[in-house]
Amino acid sequence: MPATATRDSRSILVSKEKPSYGATEQRLGDGRSDLMPEVTKMKALACRECRKEYPTEALHVCELCFGPLEVKYNYDDIKGRISRDSIQNGPKSLWRYKELLPVASRPTIGLHAGMTPLVHAKNLGAFLGLDELYIKNDCVNHPTLSFKDRVVAVALTRARELGYETAACASTGNLANSVAAHAAQAGMQCYVFIPSDLEAAKVLGNLIFRPKVVEIEGNYDDVNRLCSEIAGERRWAFVNVNIRPYYAEGSKTLAFEVVEQLGWHAPDQVVVPMASGSLLTKIWKGLHELHTVGILQNVQTKVNGAQAEGCSPIATAFKHGRDFFQPVKPNTIAKSLAIGNPADGYYALKTAAESGGSMESVTDDEVREGIKLLARTEGIFAETAGGVTIGVLQKLVKQGAIRKQDVTVAYVTGNGLKTQEAVVDSVGRPFRIPPSLVKFEQMFGQQGAA
Amino acid sequence: MTKLRFHIRFPEEKIPEPIVYHLGHEYRVVTSIRRADVRETTGWMDIELSGETEEIERAIDGLRSKGVSVDPIELNVVE
Repeated sequence: MPATATRDSRSILVSKEKPSYGATEQRLGDGRSDLMPEVTKMKALACRECRKEYPTEALHVCELCFGPLEVKYNYDDIKGRISRDSIQNGPKSLWRYKELLPVASRPTIGLHAGMTPLVHAKNLGAFLGLDELYIKNDCVNHPTLSFKDRVVAVALTRARELGYETAACASTGNLANSVAAHAAQAGMQCYVFIPSDLEAAKVLGNLIFRPKVVEIEGNYDDVNRLCSEIAGERRWAFVNVNIRPYYAEGSKTLAFEVVEQLGWHAPDQVVVPMASGSLLTKIWKGLHELHTVGILQNVQTKVNGAQAEGCSPIATAFKHGRDFFQPVKPNTIAKSLAIGNPADGYYALKTAAESGGSMESVTDDEVREGIKLLARTEGIFAETAGGVTIGVLQKLVKQGAIRKQDVTVAYVTGNGLKTQEAVVDSVGRPFRIPPSLVKFEQMFGQQGAA
Repeated sequence: MTKLRFHIRFPEEKIPEPIVYHLGHEYRVVTSIRRADVRETTGWMDIELSGETEEIERAIDGLRSKGVSVDPIELNVVE
């Protein structure tokens, strides 16, 4: 055995053997033709555990310690090329932050993603007792109405640079929609892998874009394993597997946009829904990058994580003061957050602790109430993940973790039209009347108010 | 010869058991641990298994039958 176990958390065990290659080695793209000098902004892919560096190719796991890889930038180079003015003169999309995104050439895919509204939520703020509450509304992201349009735009642009012609993902919802739509627009082949028991409506949402949808017989564990193996075998851009280091970077734009929309200030508090935990860590990374390149004076943002109780491995670990989480079998209406063994759970715990933030979870009933509260106060219809965010926001205010005067941003990451089944039984029914003015006035009175 | 990477997690009652030793003896697979964290109540390992694909599959089924969870190194891929 080349290494021995230790009792330190996430200990790095270094093998004396040479790194193994073979079926586990990721296939590299071969398209290098469009790389411009800008490529120098990406220094390398670096292991988040042992810091070993790799070329900026389609790699995602350290061959030495099997830790995840992350893009490492040359911030000194970027600093000389980015400013508030250069950003403001950029396109009205997430590509205005291109200098801090892992693409080497001009963006080609997902040109309209990002730059979603930051809504000053005065009504919801008054209800909760907050003076400066904002909703980052990714319900209206282009083209598929969720924050996944950001990560997929970046992932597939990079995949194209690396010579890939086929996009793929394993998903039960928003990610599949976004990959299929972007691939259709880009003229790429597309494979979407789903569990065979997925609801018909969700399958339809993918089929409309004409990807090859592959239903896999078996449970989620089986789907996970097969997709991981396929990603190792095929020369495809599996956006959240072999392209994951680039894909995840797209989430940083949710931090960049908020800072710009707040007049180049970092918020005091953010509330972020957690599935894999990646989004939370990347918002934190994005805030610090803006500081590193001189755009933000300082960052004192507290990063708070939100999960549904039926799938809360990260929030539960945080509440118990643990730096590791126990995987769970998801059982919640918040399907888009239902990741029982989250890849970035450990890093999300670390980020929340470092920032002085907190984590909480809410019941499915509280998720529904959160959706309805946001809708009736701000006119925003969020999917279940948005209900989780609003529910947890409410809890953190009650606990005193978020104060009245804190500039607070709640991230609402997907559109309620996609998860109507979650609230269909709790929003009441329409008033029904015959086609008669008398009947109408009997019901609603002379002033037209019920 | 195939090489596949896994994240395995074992419950408290399995911590004293030489799981990796048994893996190498009961199946025709070569094991290479790259990272691990073993505590009083839980433990995990990131491990590479080398061998024929069918034999690796058998080894995984064997681990699962003993109550050990086996995931790809990326953990949950379905989003």
